Amino acid sequence: MPYHSIVCVKQVPDTANITTEAMKEDGTVNRAALPAIFNPEDLNALETALEVRDQFGGTVTAVSMGPPKAADVLRDCLYRGADRAILVTDRRAAASDTLATSYILSQAIRTIGRFDFVFCGRQAIDGDTAQVGPQTAEKLGLPQVTYLEELVGLDGDLVRVRRNVGNGWELIEARLPVLITVLGTANKPRPPAARRVMRFKRARTEAEVAAMVQEAMPSASPAERDAEVRRRTEQLKQAGLLIEQWNLDDIHADLDRCGLAGSPTKVFRVQSIVLTKQGYTDIPPTEDGVRRLIHELVVDHTLG
Amino acid sequence: MGNYFLDNQDIQFLFDHIDLKALARLQEDRADNGDADYVPADEDDAVDNYRRVLEIVGQVAADTLAPNAPIVDREGNTLNEDGTVTLHPLVQENLRRLTQADMMGFTLPRKYGGLNCPNLIYTMANEIVSRADCSFMNLFGLQGIAETINAFADAQIKDHILPQFCQGKVTGAMVLTEPDAGSDLQSVRLRAYQDASGQWYLNGVKRFITNGCGEVLLVLARSEEDIADGRGLSLFYAERSDRVKVRHLEEKLGIHGSPTCELVFEDLPAKLVGERQRGLITYVMALMNGARVGIAAQSLGVAEAAFRLARVYAHTRHQFGGPIERLPAVAEMVTDMQIHLEAARALAYETSRVCDHENNNLRILENGLSRDKDEEKQRKQAARLWKRTNGMLTPMSKYYCSEMACTVANQAIQVLGGSGYMKDYAAERYLRDARITTIYEGTSQLQIVAAIRGVASGAFESYVADFEKVEYADPLLMSLQQKLVEAKGGILETIQFVKGRSAAYLDLSGRRLVDAAIVVIIGHLLLGQGAVNDRKKRVARRFIETHLPVVRMNLDQVQSGDMSALEEYELLAGPVPREG
Repeated sequence: MPYHSIVCVKQVPDTANITTEAMKEDGTVNRAALPAIFNPEDLNALETALEVRDQFGGTVTAVSMGPPKAADVLRDCLYRGADRAILVTDRRAAASDTLATSYILSQAIRTIGRFDFVFCGRQAIDGDTAQVGPQTAEKLGLPQVTYLEELVGLDGDLVRVRRNVGNGWELIEARLPVLITVLGTANKPRPPAARRVMRFKRARTEAEVAAMVQEAMPSASPAERDAEVRRRTEQLKQAGLLIEQWNLDDIHADLDRCGLAGSPTKVFRVQSIVLTKQGYTDIPPTEDGVRRLIHELVVDHTLG
Repeated sequence: MGNYFLDNQDIQFLFDHIDLKALARLQEDRADNGDADYVPADEDDAVDNYRRVLEIVGQVAADTLAPNAPIVDREGNTLNEDGTVTLHPLVQENLRRLTQADMMGFTLPRKYGGLNCPNLIYTMANEIVSRADCSFMNLFGLQGIAETINAFADAQIKDHILPQFCQGKVTGAMVLTEPDAGSDLQSVRLRAYQDASGQWYLNGVKRFITNGCGEVLLVLARSEEDIADGRGLSLFYAERSDRVKVRHLEEKLGIHGSPTCELVFEDLPAKLVGERQRGLITYVMALMNGARVGIAAQSLGVAEAAFRLARVYAHTRHQFGGPIERLPAVAEMVTDMQIHLEAARALAYETSRVCDHENNNLRILENGLSRDKDEEKQRKQAARLWKRTNGMLTPMSKYYCSEMACTVANQAIQVLGGSGYMKDYAAERYLRDARITTIYEGTSQLQIVAAIRGVASGAFESYVADFEKVEYADPLLMSLQQKLVEAKGGILETIQFVKGRSAAYLDLSGRRLVDAAIVVIIGHLLLGQGAVNDRKKRVARRFIETHLPVVRMNLDQVQSGDMSALEEYELLAGPVPREG
């Protein structure tokens, strides 16, 4: 029986390749200095969805909330096999915390309609909260299974999942539809498929089309440009190359629950921690030496 | 998350340096696209696709093939009791990844699901794959079998099997060698016979068959019982069944991931490819030429891996109070390895480029796609020229690159010293893997026999003439070019000297003359690279200045007329040792 999956994906700054410019003076992330990449565990979520489709048939829809540039990760989803890609982008969604983000995603998922699975990466490497998946499940009233390491079995509307809880594993059964968050150890994401790359490298969102038109027709009137955007968008749609673009109105979002207004998270303090070497301590390789080392680490809260 | 394309400066330099738009134009001209939805809009778009394809290959090579390679090398493949072979699970994973990446129909037409990439891009991909796992390149690099089917088999076979190649459902083997027919393929004995209905069957034994356990077999067999030489041989298409069994899986020095099979055919049904009696002289020659460029690429890859290991080791290993790369002897070894590698790459990529001209010209000729008589006539003339040039460059590349790979892999162990001899490092695997490259698809000695024809018959002279017309503004490049012109003069003079002597003396002098001609050709190619890149200018200088004395030495030896290796063989080689 075919299954329809929705995969939530996010474009994130590559925090694995940090340089000294990674942080601004005020302690916030300097996104301009970090390359934007596909959040690694979202690739594992996508792979899980594609494997379900390979085995049972169905569809995979990738959805991302983010700035227009996030279209990059949606193209990557198409390269790897997603059937459909949707970008939720709206200035009014800026500064959303996990609560607002999960609300917006849940509205987008409601708008998509029919599905059996929602797959999310466990967490994004820029915030490391691991909250958006579970919060989205709550808002959709779905059962949730976090930390999937293996999708063990799938039979009718019953899925069996092995989840890694850190100090062991749990085997969980859940009824569909279900939201599952996926660990990086679950699988090895497939590479982009060359034929799909050759085809979908031309896939664009409406915002990208508008930017291209702006560049191509700098002196045209807004009405002329709008007409051209509509024409090109329609062309892409006909060719199956349009990445759908939704704003908050399209997903019937309550604006009070989006963006800054919908984000109760308050940043209490930002610490700029600069690691420098200040001398060193010789630890003798003896029972006593190790005991003193452990003690020191416990005292400064490195351990425990 | 590495990438063996994006981290390789030289491949990327050549990607930009070689006129890929011209190759894209050739490749897309009257291409058989069927209803594919991924056809490039224009040449720039096609070149952009090539880059993206290599990025994907580079990613799979670094992330999947390379980490699997040492395990596959240790464990190898398995021969089952029923005469089938089970590939190592990691080899299967490698194939699955490259299939997911759409890489198994690399050069095939889009009509069948292929990528329609030029041979040059395939050569780059083969090199990248081989750097990660030399042995796996044999499976990835066997796409020449599908190409041969595409070029010569009838539509029924093509429509049936080529989409399956592109989908990664089947892999193939070229089934040529027999216990008594190795380098001398004219003496192939495996019998092909027809029943009353005209159905062909194959009977006999084949040996040393790379991936002989594959699903599609292209078999060279004797269809004309009464014709003893190459004209009695035809090429057959057969699919795996229980009437062909793997009797033995060879235990080899290296490339353990590549299954080398002994096959027993027991009335295996087969289909004729193309016309009878053209098996060896037309189809296998074409197949082998492509495969030889493939081995050149494989050689580059394993040498690149060995070089990188040595370069890092020489930089990080400290002895006598500093990194060993500060020791003159080590510095020179590392330098020479890199220059040798870049020289070989220049030659192999140029050969691939020429192959693309020849192949695409033939594609349009053979499929009757010429627009009018004039075009057809021009193409026929061009075909002769390309064939002549390629008939020289292909064996040169195979020979030069494979010998280079053995030298570089050997030097890498030397740079690593005792550590290089141990299994702790990959250096020993690189040497074991590299060693086969000078042997299969025609030994170095056979490549020289093929190349010397071109060197002695004018192909070399006319090919080099175009390079000599290039005008360099830079005085260094100009003076180096002049030195190459003089070296060519010396070669031509020496050839005249040899021609006044016996045929045996030409054979005896073959290696030295071919070596000298290769230096001149690579010298010109590196000058062209040096014109656009300052580092490459220094590479060209180093290569030419260190190799011209070797050219002179080789020519001096040829001009000596010394035949003692033949005339005094019994005396100099001494008595045949008695066994036991």
